[in-house]
Amino acid sequence: MAIENYLYLSAILFTIGAVGVVVRRNAIVVFMCIELMLNAANLSLVTFSRINGTLDGQVVAFFTMVVAACEVVVGLAIIVTIYRSRRSASIDDASLLKR
Amino acid sequence: MTMVTNNGLVYLIALPLFGAVSLLLLGRRADKWGHLLATALSAGSFAVGLFQLSEMLGRATESRPVTQKLFTWISVGSFNVDASLLLDQLSICFVLLITGVGTLIHIYSISYMSHDPDRRRFFAYLNLFIAAMLLLVLGDSYLNLYVGWEGVGLASYLLIGFWNQKAAYATASKKAFVMNRIGDMGLSFAIMIAFASLGTVSFSGVEEYAHHASEATMTAIGIMLLIAAVGKSAQFPLQAWLGDAMAGPTPVSALIHAATMVTAGVYLIVRSNFVFDAAPNAQLLVAIIGAITLIFGALIGTAKDDIKKALAASTMSQIGYMILGAGLGPAGYAFAIMHLLTHGFFKAGMFLGAGSVMHGMNDEVNMRKYGALRKFMPITFITFGLGYLAIIGVPPFAGFYSKDMLIETALNAGGIKGILLGGTALLGAGITAFYMTRVMILTFTSPKRWDDNQHPHESPILMWLPMAILAIGSVTSGFLLSRGDALKHWLEPLFEEHGEHTELLPPIVVSGLALTMVAIGVAIAVVKYQLSDVDSIAPEDVSVFTRIARRDLLQDDINEALFMRPGQALTSALVKVDESVVDGAVRGIGQMAMGSGSALRQTQTGFVRSYAMLILVGAAVLIAAIWVVTQ
Repeated sequence: MAIENYLYLSAILFTIGAVGVVVRRNAIVVFMCIELMLNAANLSLVTFSRINGTLDGQVVAFFTMVVAACEVVVGLAIIVTIYRSRRSASIDDASLLKR
Repeated sequence: MTMVTNNGLVYLIALPLFGAVSLLLLGRRADKWGHLLATALSAGSFAVGLFQLSEMLGRATESRPVTQKLFTWISVGSFNVDASLLLDQLSICFVLLITGVGTLIHIYSISYMSHDPDRRRFFAYLNLFIAAMLLLVLGDSYLNLYVGWEGVGLASYLLIGFWNQKAAYATASKKAFVMNRIGDMGLSFAIMIAFASLGTVSFSGVEEYAHHASEATMTAIGIMLLIAAVGKSAQFPLQAWLGDAMAGPTPVSALIHAATMVTAGVYLIVRSNFVFDAAPNAQLLVAIIGAITLIFGALIGTAKDDIKKALAASTMSQIGYMILGAGLGPAGYAFAIMHLLTHGFFKAGMFLGAGSVMHGMNDEVNMRKYGALRKFMPITFITFGLGYLAIIGVPPFAGFYSKDMLIETALNAGGIKGILLGGTALLGAGITAFYMTRVMILTFTSPKRWDDNQHPHESPILMWLPMAILAIGSVTSGFLLSRGDALKHWLEPLFEEHGEHTELLPPIVVSGLALTMVAIGVAIAVVKYQLSDVDSIAPEDVSVFTRIARRDLLQDDINEALFMRPGQALTSALVKVDESVVDGAVRGIGQMAMGSGSALRQTQTGFVRSYAMLILVGAAVLIAAIWVVTQ
């Protein structure tokens, strides 16, 4: 199997994630889509690492995972807190920063 | 020739400067004794001056000038200016006049200003003036002179506006300062031209180059120096400030605006004789300015009812004589200085007399409200009268010698120039006799015109003693200075030899002509004011000439029409430009930022998804751009 296919898969996953972030309103789903984009990026990194024959890309992928884990913790905490106070997980309801 | 060094010169300036600084710094603590300290320091400076004179007399003619280097002031590459003092035959005359008359006026002021709560400040300024004026005449370069020149301008400003709680007085001081600045600008230009073209600003340096430099350079320097002299000495066309300067206390008018500061222009021209001797056109201009001013001032003097303003007009006119003399070249320098010295005595004496009259008349200055004061103020009458005889030039009083010499030198200047200048000087003598007699008659000998609530009385001894001493000077100084051409020979080493001596008329005829003019002037004044009644209110139905003379020959109207109103129009136009163009640009930038901000604010909806969309589109555009560029 040609190694480019991994890159195509990565591009498809990233696009799905990006479209999801833009079109979905549920904060949890948006969040999941962001994770999808991050993992698509990870897949590209690992693939490029393989193509170049070095480990750099894989190392960065590990960093991304760690950061993504932290981000999940903080992001979910925020979503839960907003849900508690507003009884809504819709991100369009959290638009108070416009002024 | 290396000059003798003398380390005592600095005390001449240091003593009054110390007085000024300490009186100003000590403030109210010095109120009780400040005037005594100031007077003592001024007298001390006079004593130093006398000592220097005695030393100078003891030396041979060529080694009489002495110098003292105080410190290196400017040292840039090959350009060096030391703060140095130079005392020669010319400066010693001024030093003794300034400190001598200055001390007398200090003494007079102790009494004259005794009721003023700010007497200490007054004396501090007087001392400051003495110090600055001494620096002016002792500086050995134009740059050192300039410091003193500005210093006396400052002191004059402070003293004219001494009673600045009155708005008119404050305005008068500002007027004097602003008009003086025009002259000061001339002096600074002269220094710049000298530096740029000759590379030196010291008197000896400029003198050395005077013959080698082109006549055009010397003419430029000469005209700039003349502008400086015209400003400081209230000569045409910068004469308008002197009349208003009478707002200052009378001793100030006597010291600064009669005897010393206003004669600084004459000093400058005589000191720069080498410049003017190398620039005949500039020299002729000096003489013409002097001749115009001597008539100009005399005409104003005939119409003034304010005793101080009449004397101020007379000062202007007499300085015109000196400037005329200084413009006649080597033949006239000594006589210009001689008239300056005798004028210092009699005009200061008359101003102090006017102050004494005002003191006895509740500060009334209108001569039409005087009259018959001879009986009430005999000492003032006698001292003022001696000054009067001196100024109109009756022999053997001082003015006769000095003014006669000037008229004679002007007549002998040769050709049409001599006849015109000499004729003007003769005419001026006649007008001088007329207006001074008018002052005498209106004040002292005509019937009384004052109210019964006035109680004229003679002034205390501290006031009349200086007047008496100055009156003695007015009587004797002309005779002493001209006996055997004493002053002429004394100053001779400083000036170039003058060539052939032409004589248009024999001296005795000139004297006769001058005395005839004086007699005519006196006779007209006697007929007009002594033998006929004088109104206590100035008559309104007078000829247009009188009206013009009362308005100072329209000097203020002309200045306002030519300079003040166009200047105001220019400034208000500039204000408009500032408001529309400069402020407009600044406000425009602000408004642009605000407008674009509020336009961009529309994109900030607060919806996370639209932000995400923007980021996505932005990233896509960025990648596309990179792709296009790298293809």
